[in-house]
Amino acid sequence: MITKRIIPCLDVKDGRVVKGVNFLGLADVSSPVKLAQFYSDCGADELVFYDITASAEGRALFTDILRETASQVFIPLTVGGGINTIDDFDRVLKCGADKVSVNSGAIRNPSLIQEAAKKYGNQCVVLSCDVKRVDGEFRVFAKGGREDTGLEAIAWIKSCVAAGAGEVVVNSIDTDGVRQGFDLPMLEAVCAAVHVPVIASGGAGSAEDFVTLFQTIPDLSAGLAASIFHFGEVEIPALKRMLREHNIHVRD
Amino acid sequence: MLAIIDYGVGNLFSLRCSLEKVGAEVVVSRDPAVLRQAEKLILPGVGAFGDAAEKLRASALDRVILQEAADGKPLLGICLGMQLLFETSEEYGTHQGLGLLRGRVVSMEGRIPASLPIPHMGWNALHFQQPACPLFSGIQEGDFVYFVHSYYAVDCADSLAATAQYGADLTAAVAQGNVYGCQFHPEKSGRIGLQILKAFCDLEV
Repeated sequence: MITKRIIPCLDVKDGRVVKGVNFLGLADVSSPVKLAQFYSDCGADELVFYDITASAEGRALFTDILRETASQVFIPLTVGGGINTIDDFDRVLKCGADKVSVNSGAIRNPSLIQEAAKKYGNQCVVLSCDVKRVDGEFRVFAKGGREDTGLEAIAWIKSCVAAGAGEVVVNSIDTDGVRQGFDLPMLEAVCAAVHVPVIASGGAGSAEDFVTLFQTIPDLSAGLAASIFHFGEVEIPALKRMLREHNIHVRD
Repeated sequence: MLAIIDYGVGNLFSLRCSLEKVGAEVVVSRDPAVLRQAEKLILPGVGAFGDAAEKLRASALDRVILQEAADGKPLLGICLGMQLLFETSEEYGTHQGLGLLRGRVVSMEGRIPASLPIPHMGWNALHFQQPACPLFSGIQEGDFVYFVHSYYAVDCADSLAATAQYGADLTAAVAQGNVYGCQFHPEKSGRIGLQILKAFCDLEV
Protein backbone atom coordinates (compact mmCIF):
# COMPACT_ATOMS: atom_id res chain seq x y z
CA MET A 1 0.00 0.00 0.00
CA ILE A 2 1.17 3.51 -0.78
CA THR A 3 2.35 5.51 2.23
CA LYS A 4 1.56 9.06 3.30
CA ARG A 5 4.56 11.29 2.63
CA ILE A 6 6.15 13.67 5.11
CA ILE A 7 7.91 16.50 3.31
CA PRO A 8 10.15 19.15 4.88
CA CYS A 9 10.33 22.34 2.85
CA LEU A 10 13.53 24.34 2.75
CA ASP A 11 13.22 27.98 1.73
CA VAL A 12 16.61 28.97 0.36
CA LYS A 13 17.90 32.50 0.03
CA ASP A 14 21.50 33.30 -0.90
CA GLY A 15 22.50 29.72 -0.18
CA ARG A 16 20.94 29.47 3.28
CA VAL A 17 17.69 28.00 4.60
CA VAL A 18 15.15 30.49 5.87
CA LYS A 19 11.52 30.28 6.89
CA GLY A 20 9.10 33.15 7.16
CA VAL A 21 6.13 33.39 9.45
CA ASN A 22 3.16 34.40 7.32
CA PHE A 23 5.84 35.05 4.68
CA LEU A 24 7.33 37.94 6.69
CA GLY A 25 10.30 38.18 9.04
CA LEU A 26 12.86 35.71 7.72
CA ALA A 27 15.15 33.85 10.11
CA ASP A 28 18.28 31.93 9.10
CA VAL A 29 18.23 28.26 10.05
CA SER A 30 20.96 26.15 8.50
CA SER A 31 22.90 24.84 5.51
CA PRO A 32 20.57 23.41 2.85
CA VAL A 33 22.82 20.47 1.97
CA LYS A 34 23.36 19.46 5.60
CA LEU A 35 19.72 19.91 6.45
CA ALA A 36 18.66 17.83 3.42
CA GLN A 37 21.01 15.01 4.41
CA PHE A 38 19.77 15.18 7.98
CA TYR A 39 16.13 14.94 6.90
CA SER A 40 16.85 12.07 4.53
CA ASP A 41 18.55 10.18 7.38
CA CYS A 42 15.54 10.91 9.63
CA GLY A 43 13.11 9.33 7.19
CA ALA A 44 11.75 12.34 5.29
CA ASP A 45 10.02 10.96 2.20
CA GLU A 46 10.83 13.82 -0.09
CA LEU A 47 12.27 17.33 0.06
CA VAL A 48 11.16 20.64 -1.36
CA PHE A 49 13.73 23.34 -2.07
CA TYR A 50 12.15 26.71 -2.56
CA ASP A 51 14.39 29.37 -4.08
CA ILE A 52 13.37 32.77 -2.74
CA THR A 53 16.43 34.52 -4.11
CA ALA A 54 15.90 37.50 -6.36
CA SER A 55 19.43 38.17 -7.62
CA ALA A 56 21.29 36.38 -10.42
CA GLU A 57 24.19 35.59 -8.05
CA GLY A 58 21.78 34.06 -5.57
CA ARG A 59 20.24 31.98 -8.33
CA ALA A 60 23.63 30.58 -9.39
CA LEU A 61 24.37 29.79 -5.76
CA PHE A 62 21.04 27.96 -5.55
CA THR A 63 21.80 25.67 -8.49
CA ASP A 64 25.22 24.90 -6.98
CA ILE A 65 23.54 23.90 -3.74
CA LEU A 66 20.95 21.86 -5.62
CA ARG A 67 23.65 19.95 -7.47
CA GLU A 68 25.55 19.27 -4.26
CA THR A 69 22.38 18.07 -2.54
CA ALA A 70 21.32 15.81 -5.41
CA SER A 71 24.74 14.18 -5.47
CA GLN A 72 24.47 13.22 -1.80
CA VAL A 73 20.80 12.79 -0.97
CA PHE A 74 18.91 10.02 -2.74
CA ILE A 75 15.26 10.85 -2.12
CA PRO A 76 12.96 12.83 -4.42
CA LEU A 77 13.68 16.51 -4.66
CA THR A 78 11.14 19.10 -5.78
CA VAL A 79 12.34 22.58 -6.67
CA GLY A 80 10.26 25.72 -6.79
CA GLY A 81 10.62 29.47 -6.73
CA GLY A 82 11.29 31.66 -9.73
CA ILE A 83 10.10 29.08 -12.26
CA ASN A 84 8.71 31.16 -15.12
CA THR A 85 9.91 29.52 -18.32
CA ILE A 86 10.83 26.15 -19.81
CA ASP A 87 14.47 27.25 -19.46
CA ASP A 88 13.93 27.49 -15.70
CA PHE A 89 12.67 23.89 -15.71
CA ASP A 90 15.71 22.89 -17.68
CA ARG A 91 18.10 24.70 -15.35
CA VAL A 92 16.92 22.96 -12.16
CA LEU A 93 16.27 19.55 -13.72
CA LYS A 94 19.87 19.45 -14.97
CA CYS A 95 21.05 20.08 -11.41
CA GLY A 96 19.20 17.09 -10.01
CA ALA A 97 15.63 18.22 -9.32
CA ASP A 98 13.05 15.47 -9.92
CA LYS A 99 9.98 17.66 -9.92
CA VAL A 100 9.53 21.35 -10.53
CA SER A 101 6.90 23.39 -8.81
CA VAL A 102 5.31 26.38 -10.50
CA ASN A 103 3.34 29.07 -8.74
CA SER A 104 3.26 32.69 -9.96
CA GLY A 105 4.94 31.58 -13.21
CA ALA A 106 1.85 29.59 -14.16
CA ILE A 107 -0.38 32.60 -13.46
CA ARG A 108 1.77 34.91 -15.60
CA ASN A 109 2.19 32.37 -18.40
CA PRO A 110 -0.90 30.16 -18.71
CA SER A 111 0.75 27.81 -21.22
CA LEU A 112 3.78 27.06 -19.00
CA ILE A 113 2.27 23.98 -17.34
CA GLN A 114 1.14 22.49 -20.62
CA GLU A 115 4.50 23.07 -22.32
CA ALA A 116 6.43 21.67 -19.37
CA ALA A 117 4.17 18.63 -19.05
CA LYS A 118 4.58 17.91 -22.74
CA LYS A 119 8.35 18.18 -22.55
CA TYR A 120 9.05 16.53 -19.18
CA GLY A 121 5.88 14.57 -18.40
CA ASN A 122 3.05 15.37 -15.98
CA GLN A 123 4.88 13.65 -13.13
CA CYS A 124 7.51 16.37 -13.27
CA VAL A 125 5.16 19.35 -13.01
CA VAL A 126 3.87 20.35 -9.59
CA LEU A 127 1.36 23.16 -9.18
CA SER A 128 2.02 25.11 -6.01
CA CYS A 129 -0.79 27.38 -4.98
CA ASP A 130 -1.04 29.98 -2.18
CA VAL A 131 -4.69 30.23 -1.22
CA LYS A 132 -6.53 32.64 1.09
CA ARG A 133 -10.18 33.21 1.85
CA VAL A 134 -11.50 36.47 0.38
CA ASP A 135 -15.19 37.42 0.35
CA GLY A 136 -16.25 33.87 1.15
CA GLU A 137 -14.28 32.17 -1.63
CA PHE A 138 -10.86 30.56 -1.93
CA ARG A 139 -8.65 33.01 -3.81
CA VAL A 140 -5.25 32.39 -5.45
CA PHE A 141 -2.48 34.73 -4.31
CA ALA A 142 0.73 35.37 -6.24
CA LYS A 143 4.18 36.77 -5.43
CA GLY A 144 4.73 34.80 -2.25
CA GLY A 145 1.23 35.48 -0.98
CA ARG A 146 1.29 39.26 -1.36
CA GLU A 147 -0.93 39.77 -4.39
CA ASP A 148 -4.57 38.77 -4.82
CA THR A 149 -4.91 37.47 -8.38
CA GLY A 150 -8.71 37.44 -8.28
CA LEU A 151 -8.64 33.81 -9.44
CA GLU A 152 -10.96 31.36 -7.67
CA ALA A 153 -8.65 28.65 -6.33
CA ILE A 154 -10.58 25.45 -7.02
CA ALA A 155 -11.29 26.38 -10.65
CA TRP A 156 -7.65 27.46 -11.08
CA ILE A 157 -6.29 24.21 -9.64
CA LYS A 158 -8.62 22.14 -11.82
CA SER A 159 -7.51 24.00 -14.94
CA CYS A 160 -3.83 23.49 -14.07
CA VAL A 161 -4.35 19.76 -13.52
CA ALA A 162 -6.20 19.56 -16.85
CA ALA A 163 -3.21 21.32 -18.45
CA GLY A 164 -0.84 18.67 -17.09
CA ALA A 165 0.15 19.34 -13.46
CA GLY A 166 0.80 15.90 -11.94
CA GLU A 167 0.67 16.99 -8.32
CA VAL A 168 -0.71 19.93 -6.34
CA VAL A 169 0.71 21.63 -3.25
CA VAL A 170 -1.94 23.69 -1.49
CA ASN A 171 -0.58 26.26 0.91
CA SER A 172 -3.18 28.00 3.03
CA ILE A 173 -2.13 31.57 3.78
CA ASP A 174 -4.86 31.69 6.43
CA THR A 175 -3.20 28.94 8.50
CA ASP A 176 0.46 29.38 7.45
CA GLY A 177 2.72 30.25 10.37
CA VAL A 178 -0.16 30.14 12.85
CA ARG A 179 0.69 26.57 13.94
CA GLN A 180 -2.87 25.65 14.85
CA GLY A 181 -3.21 22.86 12.30
CA PHE A 182 -3.71 22.48 8.56
CA ASP A 183 -6.58 24.16 6.69
CA LEU A 184 -8.86 21.12 6.52
CA PRO A 185 -11.88 22.68 4.72
CA MET A 186 -9.67 24.16 2.01
CA LEU A 187 -7.74 20.89 1.51
CA GLU A 188 -10.93 18.86 1.44
CA ALA A 189 -12.30 21.08 -1.31
CA VAL A 190 -9.14 20.65 -3.40
CA CYS A 191 -9.01 16.85 -2.89
CA ALA A 192 -12.62 16.56 -4.01
CA ALA A 193 -11.88 18.55 -7.16
CA VAL A 194 -8.79 16.83 -8.61
CA HIS A 195 -7.55 13.30 -9.25
CA VAL A 196 -3.80 13.83 -8.80
CA PRO A 197 -1.81 13.64 -5.54
CA VAL A 198 -2.49 16.61 -3.23
CA ILE A 199 0.05 17.86 -0.67
CA ALA A 200 -1.12 19.87 2.35
CA SER A 201 0.93 22.86 3.43
CA GLY A 202 0.57 25.66 5.96
CA GLY A 203 -0.35 25.45 9.59
CA ALA A 204 1.36 22.38 11.07
CA GLY A 205 2.20 23.10 14.71
CA SER A 206 2.52 19.60 16.14
CA ALA A 207 2.67 15.91 15.22
CA GLU A 208 -1.01 15.63 16.17
CA ASP A 209 -1.85 18.05 13.35
CA PHE A 210 -0.56 15.48 10.82
CA VAL A 211 -2.65 12.73 12.46
CA THR A 212 -5.75 14.93 12.23
CA LEU A 213 -4.88 15.83 8.64
CA PHE A 214 -4.66 12.24 7.36
CA GLN A 215 -7.56 11.00 9.48
CA THR A 216 -9.87 13.77 8.30
CA ILE A 217 -8.82 13.70 4.63
CA PRO A 218 -7.63 10.18 3.77
CA ASP A 219 -7.28 11.17 0.10
CA LEU A 220 -4.37 13.53 0.85
CA SER A 221 -1.03 12.16 -0.29
CA ALA A 222 1.38 14.17 1.82
CA GLY A 223 1.93 16.81 4.46
CA LEU A 224 4.53 19.53 4.08
CA ALA A 225 6.02 21.77 6.74
CA ALA A 226 9.12 23.84 7.39
CA SER A 227 9.79 25.59 10.68
CA ILE A 228 8.45 22.88 13.00
CA PHE A 229 10.98 20.50 11.45
CA HIS A 230 13.83 23.02 11.20
CA PHE A 231 13.54 24.03 14.85
CA GLY A 232 13.21 20.41 15.98
CA GLU A 233 9.75 20.92 17.48
CA VAL A 234 8.51 17.91 15.54
CA GLU A 235 11.02 15.16 14.85
CA ILE A 236 10.23 13.03 11.80
CA PRO A 237 10.91 9.59 13.38
CA ALA A 238 8.59 10.44 16.30
CA LEU A 239 5.99 11.87 13.92
CA LYS A 240 6.02 8.66 11.87
CA ARG A 241 5.73 6.56 15.01
CA MET A 242 2.67 8.53 16.04
CA LEU A 243 1.09 8.21 12.58
CA ARG A 244 1.71 4.46 12.65
CA GLU A 245 0.06 4.20 16.09
CA HIS A 246 -2.99 5.79 14.50
CA ASN A 247 -2.96 3.23 11.67
CA ILE A 248 -1.79 5.75 9.11
CA HIS A 249 0.50 4.01 6.66
CA VAL A 250 3.98 5.54 6.53
CA ARG A 251 7.39 4.40 5.33
CA ASP A 252 9.70 2.93 8.01
CA MET B 1 32.55 -0.15 -16.28
CA LEU B 2 28.83 0.48 -16.36
CA ALA B 3 27.18 2.64 -19.01
CA ILE B 4 24.03 4.72 -18.68
CA ILE B 5 22.47 4.93 -22.13
CA ASP B 6 22.01 8.59 -23.01
CA TYR B 7 19.36 8.90 -25.71
CA GLY B 8 18.17 12.38 -24.82
CA VAL B 9 15.47 11.44 -22.34
CA GLY B 10 15.42 12.75 -18.80
CA ASN B 11 17.77 13.73 -16.11
CA LEU B 12 20.69 11.39 -15.59
CA PHE B 13 22.49 13.40 -12.91
CA SER B 14 20.93 11.69 -9.88
CA LEU B 15 21.22 8.25 -11.42
CA ARG B 16 24.89 8.77 -12.12
CA CYS B 17 25.52 10.09 -8.59
CA SER B 18 23.68 7.18 -6.98
CA LEU B 19 25.72 4.63 -8.96
CA GLU B 20 28.96 6.38 -8.02
CA LYS B 21 27.78 6.35 -4.41
CA VAL B 22 27.68 2.52 -4.49
CA GLY B 23 31.15 2.42 -5.98
CA ALA B 24 30.42 1.89 -9.67
CA GLU B 25 32.60 3.27 -12.42
CA VAL B 26 30.00 5.01 -14.57
CA VAL B 27 29.96 6.49 -18.03
CA VAL B 28 27.00 8.27 -19.63
CA SER B 29 27.11 7.68 -23.36
CA ARG B 30 25.28 7.33 -26.65
CA ASP B 31 28.35 6.05 -28.47
CA PRO B 32 27.68 2.45 -29.61
CA ALA B 33 31.38 1.58 -29.18
CA VAL B 34 31.33 2.72 -25.55
CA LEU B 35 28.08 0.89 -24.86
CA ARG B 36 29.49 -2.31 -26.40
CA GLN B 37 32.57 -2.01 -24.23
CA ALA B 38 30.61 -1.56 -20.99
CA GLU B 39 30.10 -4.57 -18.74
CA LYS B 40 26.56 -3.54 -17.91
CA LEU B 41 23.97 -1.20 -19.35
CA ILE B 42 21.31 0.93 -17.73
CA LEU B 43 18.39 2.20 -19.79
CA PRO B 44 16.87 5.20 -17.97
CA GLY B 45 13.88 7.26 -19.02
CA VAL B 46 11.12 9.62 -18.02
CA GLY B 47 8.39 11.15 -20.15
CA ALA B 48 6.23 9.57 -22.82
CA PHE B 49 6.81 6.07 -24.20
CA GLY B 50 6.27 6.97 -27.86
CA ASP B 51 8.83 9.79 -27.87
CA ALA B 52 11.40 7.71 -26.05
CA ALA B 53 10.97 4.68 -28.32
CA GLU B 54 11.28 6.98 -31.34
CA LYS B 55 14.50 8.49 -29.97
CA LEU B 56 15.97 5.04 -29.42
CA ARG B 57 15.18 4.06 -32.99
CA ALA B 58 16.29 7.36 -34.51
CA SER B 59 19.68 7.04 -32.82
CA ALA B 60 19.89 3.32 -33.75
CA LEU B 61 20.59 2.65 -30.08
CA ASP B 62 17.69 0.17 -30.09
CA ARG B 63 19.79 -2.18 -32.24
CA VAL B 64 22.80 -1.80 -29.96
CA ILE B 65 20.69 -2.62 -26.89
CA LEU B 66 19.06 -5.63 -28.55
CA GLN B 67 22.42 -6.97 -29.69
CA GLU B 68 24.12 -6.47 -26.32
CA ALA B 69 21.19 -8.02 -24.45
CA ALA B 70 21.23 -10.99 -26.83
CA ASP B 71 24.93 -11.41 -26.07
CA GLY B 72 24.08 -11.78 -22.39
CA LYS B 73 25.14 -8.37 -21.09
CA PRO B 74 23.20 -7.37 -17.95
CA LEU B 75 20.69 -4.65 -18.77
CA LEU B 76 18.62 -2.68 -16.25
CA GLY B 77 15.70 -0.55 -17.38
CA ILE B 78 14.47 2.09 -14.94
CA CYS B 79 10.95 3.56 -14.93
CA LEU B 80 10.15 4.35 -18.57
CA GLY B 81 13.36 2.46 -19.38
CA MET B 82 11.76 -0.65 -17.88
CA GLN B 83 8.56 -0.12 -19.85
CA LEU B 84 10.59 0.13 -23.08
CA LEU B 85 11.80 -3.45 -22.53
CA PHE B 86 8.29 -4.72 -23.34
CA GLU B 87 6.57 -5.31 -26.67
CA THR B 88 4.08 -2.45 -26.81
CA SER B 89 2.63 0.50 -24.91
CA GLU B 90 -0.77 2.12 -25.22
CA GLU B 91 0.40 5.53 -23.93
CA TYR B 92 -1.04 8.09 -26.41
CA GLY B 93 -1.66 5.49 -29.16
CA THR B 94 0.06 2.16 -29.65
CA HIS B 95 3.85 2.14 -29.74
CA GLN B 96 6.40 -0.60 -30.23
CA GLY B 97 8.96 -1.19 -27.50
CA LEU B 98 12.17 -3.20 -27.62
CA GLY B 99 10.35 -6.49 -27.17
CA LEU B 100 13.04 -7.99 -24.94
CA LEU B 101 10.33 -9.06 -22.50
CA ARG B 102 6.85 -10.36 -23.19
CA GLY B 103 4.11 -8.02 -22.06
CA ARG B 104 2.55 -4.67 -22.74
CA VAL B 105 2.28 -1.33 -20.97
CA VAL B 106 -1.18 0.00 -20.15
CA SER B 107 -2.78 2.93 -18.34
CA MET B 108 -3.85 2.63 -14.70
CA GLU B 109 -6.99 4.51 -15.65
CA GLY B 110 -9.93 2.13 -15.33
CA ARG B 111 -7.73 -0.64 -13.89
CA ILE B 112 -7.44 0.75 -10.36
CA PRO B 113 -10.27 2.17 -8.21
CA ALA B 114 -11.31 5.66 -9.32
CA SER B 115 -10.67 7.00 -5.80
CA LEU B 116 -6.90 6.55 -6.14
CA PRO B 117 -4.91 9.47 -7.57
CA ILE B 118 -2.95 8.96 -10.79
CA PRO B 119 0.09 9.10 -11.09
CA HIS B 120 0.94 6.41 -8.55
CA MET B 121 3.36 8.72 -6.78
CA GLY B 122 5.20 8.00 -3.56
CA TRP B 123 6.74 5.22 -1.48
CA ASN B 124 5.23 1.77 -1.77
CA ALA B 125 6.20 -1.68 -0.51
CA LEU B 126 7.79 -4.33 -2.74
CA HIS B 127 6.20 -7.79 -2.80
CA PHE B 128 8.58 -10.33 -4.22
CA GLN B 129 7.38 -12.65 -6.96
CA GLN B 130 10.94 -13.93 -7.53
CA PRO B 131 12.41 -13.85 -4.01
CA ALA B 132 15.72 -15.17 -5.31
CA CYS B 133 16.07 -12.41 -7.91
CA PRO B 134 19.66 -11.11 -7.62
CA LEU B 135 18.40 -7.50 -7.59
CA PHE B 136 16.84 -8.17 -4.18
CA SER B 137 20.01 -9.36 -2.52
CA GLY B 138 20.35 -7.31 0.67
CA ILE B 139 16.77 -6.03 0.77
CA GLN B 140 13.60 -7.52 2.20
CA GLU B 141 10.03 -8.22 1.21
CA GLY B 142 8.02 -5.14 2.21
CA ASP B 143 10.86 -2.65 1.82
CA PHE B 144 9.73 0.71 0.44
CA VAL B 145 10.79 2.26 -2.85
CA TYR B 146 9.74 5.43 -4.66
CA PHE B 147 7.35 5.27 -7.62
CA VAL B 148 6.15 7.90 -10.10
CA HIS B 149 4.14 6.51 -13.02
CA SER B 150 0.70 6.40 -14.63
CA TYR B 151 1.25 3.34 -16.86
CA TYR B 152 2.35 -0.15 -15.90
CA ALA B 153 3.29 -3.48 -17.45
CA VAL B 154 0.75 -6.31 -17.72
CA ASP B 155 0.77 -9.82 -19.23
CA CYS B 156 4.36 -10.16 -18.10
CA ALA B 157 4.21 -13.30 -15.96
CA ASP B 158 7.43 -14.59 -17.58
CA SER B 159 9.54 -11.85 -16.09
CA LEU B 160 7.53 -10.53 -13.09
CA ALA B 161 9.91 -10.19 -10.13
CA ALA B 162 8.02 -7.89 -7.72
CA THR B 163 4.70 -6.10 -7.43
CA ALA B 164 3.39 -3.10 -5.50
CA GLN B 165 -0.19 -2.86 -4.29
CA TYR B 166 -2.10 0.22 -5.48
CA GLY B 167 -5.67 -0.86 -6.06
CA ALA B 168 -4.14 -3.54 -8.28
CA ASP B 169 -0.90 -5.53 -8.21
CA LEU B 170 1.29 -3.20 -10.24
CA THR B 171 4.43 -4.58 -11.87
CA ALA B 172 7.25 -3.10 -9.81
CA ALA B 173 10.28 -5.09 -10.96
CA VAL B 174 11.04 -7.60 -13.69
CA ALA B 175 13.86 -10.04 -14.31
CA GLN B 176 14.41 -12.59 -17.02
CA GLY B 177 17.88 -13.92 -17.77
CA ASN B 178 20.20 -10.93 -18.05
CA VAL B 179 17.37 -8.41 -18.54
CA TYR B 180 16.16 -6.51 -15.45
CA GLY B 181 13.80 -3.64 -14.85
CA CYS B 182 12.49 -1.44 -12.03
CA GLN B 183 9.31 0.59 -12.43
CA PHE B 184 10.32 2.56 -9.34
CA HIS B 185 13.32 4.89 -9.12
CA PRO B 186 16.14 3.13 -7.23
CA GLU B 187 18.22 6.30 -7.43
CA LYS B 188 15.49 8.08 -5.44
CA SER B 189 14.65 5.26 -3.03
CA GLY B 190 17.13 6.03 -0.27
CA ARG B 191 19.15 3.21 1.28
CA ILE B 192 16.97 0.46 -0.24
CA GLY B 193 17.33 1.89 -3.74
CA LEU B 194 21.10 2.18 -3.40
CA GLN B 195 21.25 -1.45 -2.30
CA ILE B 196 19.29 -2.52 -5.42
CA LEU B 197 21.70 -0.58 -7.63
CA LYS B 198 24.62 -2.14 -5.80
CA ALA B 199 23.13 -5.60 -6.38
CA PHE B 200 22.95 -4.86 -10.10
CA CYS B 201 26.52 -3.56 -10.11
CA ASP B 202 27.66 -6.69 -8.25
CA LEU B 203 26.13 -9.14 -10.78
CA GLU B 204 28.77 -11.52 -12.12
CA VAL B 205 29.39 -11.08 -15.81
